[in-house]
Amino acid sequence: MSVWPMVTILGIPIQAFLGQLLVGLINGSFYAMLSLGLAVIFGLLRIINFAHGAQYMLGAFAGYLLLVHFGIGYWPALILAPLIVGIVGIVIERLALSRLYGVDPLYGLLFTFGLALVLEGVFRYYFGVSGNPYAVPPLLAGGTNLGFMFLPNYRGWVVAASLVICLGTWLAIEKTRLGSYLRAATENRSLVQAFGVNVPLLLTLTYGLGSALAGLAGILAAPVYQVSPLMGSDLIIVVFAVVVVGGMGSILGAIVTGYVLGLAEGLTKVFYPEASSIVVFVIMAVVLLVRPAGLFGKEA
Amino acid sequence: MAELTLQEARRQTAGRWERALLALGILALLAAPFFVYPIFLMSILCFGLFACAFNLLLGYTGLLSFGHAAFFGGAAYFSAYAAKVWSWPPAAAILLGVVGAAALGAVIGFFAIRRQGIYFAMITLALSQMFFFFCLQSPFTGGEDGIQGVPRGMLFGLLDLGRPLNIYYVVLAVFLIGLFAIWRIVNSPFGMILRSIRENEARAISLGYSVANYKLAAFVMSAALAGLAGGTKALVFQFATLTDVAWQMSGEVILMTLLGGIGTMIGPVVGAGLVVGLQNMLATSGFPVTIATGLIFMACVLLFRRGIVGEIYALLQSRRSRSGR
Repeated sequence: MSVWPMVTILGIPIQAFLGQLLVGLINGSFYAMLSLGLAVIFGLLRIINFAHGAQYMLGAFAGYLLLVHFGIGYWPALILAPLIVGIVGIVIERLALSRLYGVDPLYGLLFTFGLALVLEGVFRYYFGVSGNPYAVPPLLAGGTNLGFMFLPNYRGWVVAASLVICLGTWLAIEKTRLGSYLRAATENRSLVQAFGVNVPLLLTLTYGLGSALAGLAGILAAPVYQVSPLMGSDLIIVVFAVVVVGGMGSILGAIVTGYVLGLAEGLTKVFYPEASSIVVFVIMAVVLLVRPAGLFGKEA
Repeated sequence: MAELTLQEARRQTAGRWERALLALGILALLAAPFFVYPIFLMSILCFGLFACAFNLLLGYTGLLSFGHAAFFGGAAYFSAYAAKVWSWPPAAAILLGVVGAAALGAVIGFFAIRRQGIYFAMITLALSQMFFFFCLQSPFTGGEDGIQGVPRGMLFGLLDLGRPLNIYYVVLAVFLIGLFAIWRIVNSPFGMILRSIRENEARAISLGYSVANYKLAAFVMSAALAGLAGGTKALVFQFATLTDVAWQMSGEVILMTLLGGIGTMIGPVVGAGLVVGLQNMLATSGFPVTIATGLIFMACVLLFRRGIVGEIYALLQSRRSRSGR
């Protein structure tokens, strides 16, 4: 079957080891995409988007409903689902969040928490708590034998796609003109406005973009995990811990921390499965002891 | 000078009004079990105390904890376990819940006070989620089933808490003692320092206060009082389950405080009464509670951030200052 049937790492067969590492990498891909979106939104809006998990769930459900009701498959949904979630985000920002910019940032957290409850509650009401399966697109079905392990094609695609998305977003913020506006507005909003940049529009677009990123992560996740109303709220708390570890000062920091903590979680599952659900929180506590500002943080 | 004495006089009349209202409120609570289902009242009292304990931290120290379910639910587990498995008497079981919650608060607070604002909220949420996973997997909590059939026992060997009226008045006493403790903390020199931290942390540091110690002390006190509420609740309902330690419970207590009025003495109790009442109403209607909770959250943040009691205070204040001129 395998090229190295006898190879073990610390008494664990290498296939099991690499398999869990892949699971960790997949989880890390989602941590990275979601913490990236949180960091982008927080950087400019100074709001922690508690609804990020719900928007991720919304992306997955958008894909699922497009398929069930309109027969629209995975590939068009990959564009449409983030677009839908992004538009919902823009509407929310215009109607509500834009009224909260002057007040304590905690209110933004509380508002988006309420929003998350409503979104989750609505989908729970109509779809129950059990998950709905979403098939892997035919193009990516099956797997590839890499010699040392068997890689399901879709999982390889998720890792590759998330890397492209994360690096693409990072490049767009660091290298484009719009990105430079965004970075400048993050530093000093009123000065940028004085230079004639339409900052309110920029804020709206940023929230829309952040929401769309969550939606994109959601549709990517649909074939891996089941499409369920609760898929976001379980994830968002871990992503918050990731964000505390990485610090939200740096976009690249959020991405790297996401992948690293996903891998750490996968490794823990190999050696001490009981602790795998809390390892990210333990790492967070250790980082708080050693470097309270976070690994990439720059706030005092 | 005249202005000052005038304000003083106004405050005194306000104080007199408040005292009269307080006496009226206590009388109403004493008479209530003869008119309203006692279990419902006790659940309001437990959640009211929980919300007031939370408000000690958010309203008077300016720290938003998103993990208070850990203290409430943790204490419920400790008390339920002591009362059921070790057959401890009720007072001792509740005390164990308080001590356990305080210890848990010391650990979580130790990590959380290293960061401020939004990060503080996220850290408390993450650590309480860690405690949730601990409760989910640890054998002593009974996993998904929780601890059920907790005996209420005899208070001090004299009072049978199995009778609804007896336990109601005990819970009322616990509630009033807890509220009095919070009132004393808030209006002590210690409480003034907490408020100064809320208003301007940097200035409090520059005045020489070791802000970190004060924050941790406030956090532990808030956790202990939340534990008092949780331990009492475990005896009232005779069970402790994962619901009490889940993050939704942390959200619920925030909602109660926000709805009633952050930083007001009585607001959280009003908020708790409304939320518990609403949940009771919705339980029979089939309308999902989470949606209602979320909608109230959004409405509160957008429309009346001061909460119901806070808005009433603000209204009275503006009227008073207008009539004063």
